[in-house]
Amino acid sequence: MSTERDWPLYEIFIRARGGLDHKHVGSVHAADAQMAVEHARDVYTRRNEGVSIWVVRSADIVASDPAEADALFEPARDKIYRHPTFYDIPKEVETL
Amino acid sequence: MSAEAGATPDSADREARVRYLLRLADTSLVLAQRLGEWVGHAPALEEDLGLANTALDLLGQARLLYAYAGELEGAGRDEDALAFLREEADFLNVTLAEQPNGDFGDTVVRQFLLDAWQLELYEWLQRSADPRLAAIAAKAVREKRYHLRYSSGWVVRLGDGTEESHARVSASLQQLWPYTRELCDADDLDRKMSSAGVAPDLSGLYAAWLRRVDTVLAEARLERPADTPYLWYGKQGRHSEHLGRLLALMQYLPRVHAGARW
Repeated sequence: MSTERDWPLYEIFIRARGGLDHKHVGSVHAADAQMAVEHARDVYTRRNEGVSIWVVRSADIVASDPAEADALFEPARDKIYRHPTFYDIPKEVETL
Repeated sequence: MSAEAGATPDSADREARVRYLLRLADTSLVLAQRLGEWVGHAPALEEDLGLANTALDLLGQARLLYAYAGELEGAGRDEDALAFLREEADFLNVTLAEQPNGDFGDTVVRQFLLDAWQLELYEWLQRSADPRLAAIAAKAVREKRYHLRYSSGWVVRLGDGTEESHARVSASLQQLWPYTRELCDADDLDRKMSSAGVAPDLSGLYAAWLRRVDTVLAEARLERPADTPYLWYGKQGRHSEHLGRLLALMQYLPRVHAGARW
């Protein structure tokens, strides 16, 4: 199989069921967006994993810089009170 | 003939019905085997999976048709016996299906011409007087719609692509076009099935197929080749030289290890 690629990379998001969010599942190479949808269908939904596909050119995704991770995320690390874990939950509430 | 006659053929019609089912099944099986040859060799991993998915859909269609044909025949042959223990002249697939893979463009053109054909055929067969065949067709139609989308997408991409891709896919079309006349040339069996309401009238189907093909060819900037006088009759068991080798490879294992299981 050829390893030489000139097709751009697309990130694939699949919605497993109606009502759920699209989740990132991986990426495919494709010549255009339509082909990316078809490739995603063949690669990521062949075991009945999804009801909807989104594709996004990988190059169009703006990502945070891993080198800045401390600056971005460190300030939140010691603020555990932002998790709602300090409440007593009444027994009668089952599905919280 | 009434709808009931279409549903339960008497013994005189049964043999013809079995033969017709084998035409459909063999075309799908042989095409599936050809597509399977690409596994591990396609131009990209994603295409590898795409071709294999189509092959598996075709194999599934063939299995349903063989199982039905075997039951109708009543001679104790199951789907495996029909697929693996018949010889070249017993196979009734259209000749186009057995043509070699060639390059990716050859495969894409062969697939496109047959996808468009099978889609027209199965769309009609959903209304067949034979209810079991109609049910099989209803399942196949959904798969065929996707197959055609895939193959026609590639025909357009290659035809309306670079100078080289256009030249090569034009050559593929020239080479494979002569095999398409068999698709629309009705013989006695086709006419018998058509008058029983089991199968479509092929001339009407051909016009619809041609419209579908022309639309895609226009978008791909490809010229439809002229028809050639010579006719192939794979569907009567007279094949090109390529089917024998395909069957030898496909049937080797079950013939050498009879009854082998996973």
